[in-house]
Amino acid sequence: MRETETTTLEINGRTREIAAPPNQTLLETLREHGYFEVKSGCEKGDCGACAVLVDGEAVDSCLTLTGTLEGRAITTVAGLKRGEELHPLQAAFVKFGSIQCGYCTPGLIMAAQSLLNETPEPSDEDIRLALSGNLCRCTGYTKVFDAVQEAARVLREEESAS
Amino acid sequence: MFAEFDLVMPSGLDEALDILAEAGGDGGLDVLPLAGGTNLVVDLRARRVSADKLVGLGRIAALRGIERSNGRVAIGAGTTLSDILRDPGMAEAAPSLVESARVFAGQMVRNTATVAGNVCCGSPAADTVPPLLSLDAELTLTGRDGSRVVPLADFFLGYQKDQRRPDELVTKIAWDAPKPNSANLFYKLARRKGDAITVVGIAVTVAAEAGKCTTARIALGAVAPVVKRAREAEAMLEGEALTPELIEVAARQAVEESSPIDDVRASADYRRHSVHALTRRLLTQAWDPATVGG
Ligand SMILES: Cc1cc2nc3c(=O)[nH]c(=O)nc-3n(C[C@H](O)[C@H](O)[C@H](O)COP(=O)(O)OP(=O)(O)OC[C@H]3O[C@@H](n4cnc5c(N)ncnc54)[C@H](O)[C@@H]3O)c2cc1C
Ligand code: FES
Ligand code: FES
Repeated sequence: MRETETTTLEINGRTREIAAPPNQTLLETLREHGYFEVKSGCEKGDCGACAVLVDGEAVDSCLTLTGTLEGRAITTVAGLKRGEELHPLQAAFVKFGSIQCGYCTPGLIMAAQSLLNETPEPSDEDIRLALSGNLCRCTGYTKVFDAVQEAARVLREEESAS
Repeated sequence: MFAEFDLVMPSGLDEALDILAEAGGDGGLDVLPLAGGTNLVVDLRARRVSADKLVGLGRIAALRGIERSNGRVAIGAGTTLSDILRDPGMAEAAPSLVESARVFAGQMVRNTATVAGNVCCGSPAADTVPPLLSLDAELTLTGRDGSRVVPLADFFLGYQKDQRRPDELVTKIAWDAPKPNSANLFYKLARRKGDAITVVGIAVTVAAEAGKCTTARIALGAVAPVVKRAREAEAMLEGEALTPELIEVAARQAVEESSPIDDVRASADYRRHSVHALTRRLLTQAWDPATVGG
């Protein structure tokens, strides 16, 4: 094995020094350190189960080498939670039954969050393009769309109230 | 499992070029540039590609950014597909490229995949290449000894073969924004809109003056060993008014200039049929008086 390198990452708000070999992906690093909410599906960019935010933008962690991320901020689905309360996306996924087996859910929620960071009022076409890299074998996607639209509405209301 | 390699993340372009230059030569190390990694990491994992060392380009500020001046557009090698979609001026500066970015992969891949990486991967199905060819884009190749500018139309030499030396990086991709009275369109035929490999991808540019076509570009993706222009079909259109009859003849000529194969996604016959239908449709849409003037 090649020598490990240390990379400083901020993971869900906590700064961590991570030692990883140069060929380790962010997916492997995160699961190695116990962030099991990040799921491994295809490990080649096709399914989106491994999606996390890097500086607010969703990426497939299976395609991202940890050593390229010095100083960057990583958010997993667990990092969205607001203390004891669910984030509006998480709450909406529960409310609409957009979670069945749940394997795709962390990735879908991160892809949706990345969309809503840029597009607070998405059309269904916007959602379709933003989520086209996430596969779900259970829900048929319509409930996912409902949840994203609902969460977008809640987030807009929070924004205008603040 | 995963192939082994070293990874360096230089913050300066010169440093990156030095590493690439020192690697070359006999018995040298195999060093590859790493951009978004959406091709390279997948290929390394599948062991289709091996490398001793990767030079990550992600921290090099000089490769970032989109510039526009006097109708010329230049994107740095770090420009991602999402950067293309976010740039407010791009819809005018490169309509076909924006369309290709919309239907490119899924969001997570678009957020990291670069346009330069798409060009360098050399795939005949690379979606940004027909648009860039239709815009007469030029690549800047930079090595330790300096830079050279190569028209994209001359860059590809054969299947996965191109003019870039291993010690060079693509640092910039530039083109002239389309003139008024012109249309620049792209259509990707695939199983679905998102996250699907292209069966046939076609980009066209048509510029007109006084009812005659002054410039025609037809770029064909996924129907030959490299993405290529249908130059004879283009020549038939220039200097003429694009009547439905002429468009039909040119679309048939474009088929003659393609050489598709059968594969898991489509038969060669279906691809030829699609080159004909899509070229005809795109030229018809481009020759709209509202766009090219009537
Ligand atoms: C799930 C998935 C879906 C995809 N969908 C599409 C699609 O719809 N359309 C499509 O066209 N492609 C698609 N791809 C392929 C890939 O995403 C693109 O080709 C992408 O643009 C590659 O860019 P990158 O920055 O990730 O390049 P990398 O993977 O980092 O590099 C690709 C190659 O180019 C070289 N390279 C990169 N940058 C430079 C440079 N500046 N100078 C010299 N050499 C360089 C690398 O050494 C490597 O050989 C998909 C891939 C995945 C995993
Ligand atoms: S595990 Fe990363 S995209 Fe499937
Ligand atoms: S809920 Fe099972 S894969 Fe989406």
